[in-house]
Amino acid sequence: MKRIGVFVCWCGTNIGGVVDVPQVAKAASSFPGVVLATDYKYMCSEPGQELIVQAIREHRLTRVVVAACTPRLHENTFRKTLERAGLNPYLLEIANIREQCAWAHQKQPGRATEKAISLVRRAVAKASRLEPLFASTIPVTRKALVIGGGIAGMQAALDIADAGHQVILVEREPTIGGKMAMLDKTFPTLDCSACICTPKMVAVAQHPSITLYTYAEVEKVEGYVGNFEVTIRQKARSVDHTKCTGCGTCWEKCPTRVPSEFEQGLGTRKAIYVSFPQAVPNKPVIDRRHCRYFAAGKCRVCEKVCPTGAIDYQQGDQLIKEKVGAIVMATGYDLFEWEKVYGEYGYGRYPNVITSLQFERLINASGPTGGKILRPSDGKEPQSVVFVKCVGSRDPAKGKEYCSRICCMYTAKHAHQVLEKLPGARVYVFYMDVRTAGKAYEEFYLRTLQDGAHYIRGRVSKIYPEGDRLIVRGVDTLLGRQVEVGADLVVLATAVVPSRGAAELARLVGISCDQNDFYTEAHPKLRPVEANTAGIFLAGACQGPKDIPDTVAQASAAAAKVCALFSREEMAAEPTVAQVNQFLCYGCLECQKVCPYRAIEPVTVSENAAGKKIERTVASVNSGLCQGCGACTVACKPGAINLKGFSNEQVLAEVDALCL
Amino acid sequence: MSLDSQWEPKIVGFCCNWCSYAGADLAGLNRLSYSPTVRIVRVPCSGRVNPAFIIRAFQRGADAVLVSGCHPGDCHYVSGNYHARRRFLVFKRLLEYVGFEGERLQVRWISGSEGAKFAQTVDELDRKIKALGPNKKMRQEPPGFSGVKDHEG
Amino acid sequence: MRLAYYPGCSLETSAREYNHSVQLVGRLMGVEFHEIPDWSCCGASAGHTTSRLLALALAARNLALAEEMGLDVVAPCAACYQRLALARHELAANPSLWERVNGITGRPFNGTIRVKSIVEMLLSAGTEKIKSLVVRPLRGLKVAAYYGCLLVRPRAIQIDDAENPQVMEKILRAAGAEVVDWTHKTECCGASLAVSNEEVAIPIISRILKAALAAGANCIACACPLCHFNLDIRQAKAKRFLANYRPLPVLYLTQLLGLAMGQGERELGLEAHFVETRSILKMVG
Repeated sequence: MKRIGVFVCWCGTNIGGVVDVPQVAKAASSFPGVVLATDYKYMCSEPGQELIVQAIREHRLTRVVVAACTPRLHENTFRKTLERAGLNPYLLEIANIREQCAWAHQKQPGRATEKAISLVRRAVAKASRLEPLFASTIPVTRKALVIGGGIAGMQAALDIADAGHQVILVEREPTIGGKMAMLDKTFPTLDCSACICTPKMVAVAQHPSITLYTYAEVEKVEGYVGNFEVTIRQKARSVDHTKCTGCGTCWEKCPTRVPSEFEQGLGTRKAIYVSFPQAVPNKPVIDRRHCRYFAAGKCRVCEKVCPTGAIDYQQGDQLIKEKVGAIVMATGYDLFEWEKVYGEYGYGRYPNVITSLQFERLINASGPTGGKILRPSDGKEPQSVVFVKCVGSRDPAKGKEYCSRICCMYTAKHAHQVLEKLPGARVYVFYMDVRTAGKAYEEFYLRTLQDGAHYIRGRVSKIYPEGDRLIVRGVDTLLGRQVEVGADLVVLATAVVPSRGAAELARLVGISCDQNDFYTEAHPKLRPVEANTAGIFLAGACQGPKDIPDTVAQASAAAAKVCALFSREEMAAEPTVAQVNQFLCYGCLECQKVCPYRAIEPVTVSENAAGKKIERTVASVNSGLCQGCGACTVACKPGAINLKGFSNEQVLAEVDALCL
Repeated sequence: MSLDSQWEPKIVGFCCNWCSYAGADLAGLNRLSYSPTVRIVRVPCSGRVNPAFIIRAFQRGADAVLVSGCHPGDCHYVSGNYHARRRFLVFKRLLEYVGFEGERLQVRWISGSEGAKFAQTVDELDRKIKALGPNKKMRQEPPGFSGVKDHEG
Repeated sequence: MRLAYYPGCSLETSAREYNHSVQLVGRLMGVEFHEIPDWSCCGASAGHTTSRLLALALAARNLALAEEMGLDVVAPCAACYQRLALARHELAANPSLWERVNGITGRPFNGTIRVKSIVEMLLSAGTEKIKSLVVRPLRGLKVAAYYGCLLVRPRAIQIDDAENPQVMEKILRAAGAEVVDWTHKTECCGASLAVSNEEVAIPIISRILKAALAAGANCIACACPLCHFNLDIRQAKAKRFLANYRPLPVLYLTQLLGLAMGQGERELGLEAHFVETRSILKMVG
């Protein structure tokens, strides 16, 4: 028989002023299993807790009910009290007679007391069915995987590595650096993006604790927090990087030119190439789709000229397995494919309508024009440049509903740069709103206005060529009339979208995406850098559009979370998890379908049935992954899964008690 | 079974720990007064609420059951409230199909910041059940008492 | 192919040549037209700008009449086509409105028939069919296919991309013509303002002409009596906005097809146009 002690708190006058506390204690003393019921002014105070400790020892209590404030406030306090008295902390049940009785029914003290008694009866009923629970521990592999080598991934990798942990950084492009390496200057300080990005790239490459896989992709993720097993596909570079010195002879001599991804199609690269001169690693790969030898079986020029014999046409993909304890997603963003839907802007048929990322390459000193703003069609200097914001952003009809957040600022920067580099040029910016929340952002925008940029509030309805110029027709909603602007160059601020393949990767890793395929954080306010799967963290634009400072901040935050996880060799797991009674389970695995954490896996058990040994499939819960939501318990037809701490028997006993 | 004028409904509330239980706490914290007829069972998630719990409540004489969880899309456990929503939509139909008053089961989404909504929801349900009268159809009477006769009467 | 034929008011009056050419080309292509008996206004212009319900009811009445014939409807006028097609879509999307409109017309429309534009009708016969009928390929013609605002809009009923449609181009190429890539295919022709506010309408017209001229077109093909009216009759007024003006004959798509299929200029009503069409005829030979 359980020996239950009930402790009713006055909470000063908070409870005692409304509820007849002694009467509640008196009523409780008659409930089944209760051997002691008492009250005290402040149960949570030191003497109050001491009273409980003493009572447990004196009355050999095996279960404790505290009738006081909400369990959300002091459940942990009283659990520790039980622990001090040598009782398992999970043998506690709280009756919420403050928030849900005294405070809510102040005007009806009689009814409040009656309800308090009912709530204590419920707590006693549950307490008599509580079982001791033990927090299990799971080992933690103190090694992190960072997916994506842009500024978010680099920052996270460096922070984790600097804390003394091993990091594996996987980047699918031939170089790390991401979008930031392509940018010219950063707002609002106008410092050179490459000057602050490339040193980070070098630091990553040289860090003794970081293993870098470029031109590689994550192919498989198994396991759970602290114990992931990851398979990485190292794509064939066709160049042996252990022999290659990065001398550059091969890509000088390569006869095939193709549009450069890094230059956003405004420049070319060779079929054997490094993306840009500061690439890390600064060694080439062969783009097999465009290489003459791979396409037609002839050429082999690079092989002939390579002084170290590093070219290896036979090289195949390689699969690498790594064990890690945490994963940081830092897959970044891409630009919305405006060419597919914006027919009114020409479906990408007009060479002088470009995206802002292309514009970044145009004004970049290391870009295809050496930093001169020249329009793509004929290399002339534009005299009139029109910027169109919100192309694909804030446009539920054709694009995305959300604001891409960075375009207002980079467009202000672009406008400023045009006015600076091309004196006398006219700059027009079509905008819906100007959103400049950020340190020194509004000031920067105002400066651009003072520089002479014309901001026109309205959407652009059509861009079309007339002669060698473009006509941009839109509306000025402040004047309430149509406007037409002649332009030599039009720059579209296209929406930020998750980088290609983000949703597939999410499925592979086991995290969820929102309706736009941005990765979902565990809590929008309080857990913004954790994914909903334990041990997986989010950094940068893969979680939502973000500028560089916010991305770096989030990356460091994710790194801090990883370091916290790595601070111990083992981590404690909440014991309130689901548990399968394998005798009852018949292996339908309905539970697996509703589990949002992939915590349920089938296992094979062998047992003796009528003298014969048989094998059966049953469900099994990974307590490292289970978060204790209980969805599986309801899906289970034979009632084989139960949730510790909220078991079927406990809840039914509570219901019975409340209905008495 | 005679009804005296003192009859007050018995309402069992299943509230998820993260949103609705917090919403109920907030109602108290703000000293919003609502009907004391509701008694709450704390569950981790509305997706934890087994229809069997509800049937048991009705069998034991509860006049109404309130299941409350986070708003769709806000579930602490990603998708639990979606399971609950689908499950109780069907379950409510089933109750109606067998001739039980579907209004006695209410499923609501109340966030941790919606103390007032919690109070309103309870009061509304309380009014509704008072108008509807006690649950006679599913109540299992104590042994020796003929519930059938009562229905015929 | 048998179709219910909805001529609409323009095809009886200002666009009789469109009517004739549609009938001629249709017959050559094996289409049987059955004019809807007792058809009434489609609900365009004055109708739909004043009352949505009136516009829907007018269109629904005609749809109901066609449905009684058991035939899909073709409406050569782009405005008629758009009103009828859109009414069908809007009613289907809103059952209570549908019921109300059926009550107003007293002739229940059940939504069993479809509405086709002239372009859809031609295309459904197939470009191969058109090619097989061409006896006088439209060589030398550089046509700017002009859709106007109605033919491929709105999204709910559009038959081709609203910004850069290609259906008319396909038909014209099948007839041997060269089509120009130009920028103002689906711009407004200013028709609804042409009478009430000419100062606004004329620059709109001139911009379309300017774009067609800049693209090197020597004629414009259209499929809407309102567009035709504007671009043809008002060309004289619009030309003062154009530096490099050349007369640009404006023809109905079916007139061009008729020419290619060997029909005479008189039957096709080419002499009815304000901008001289002889230059075109000379090229085709």
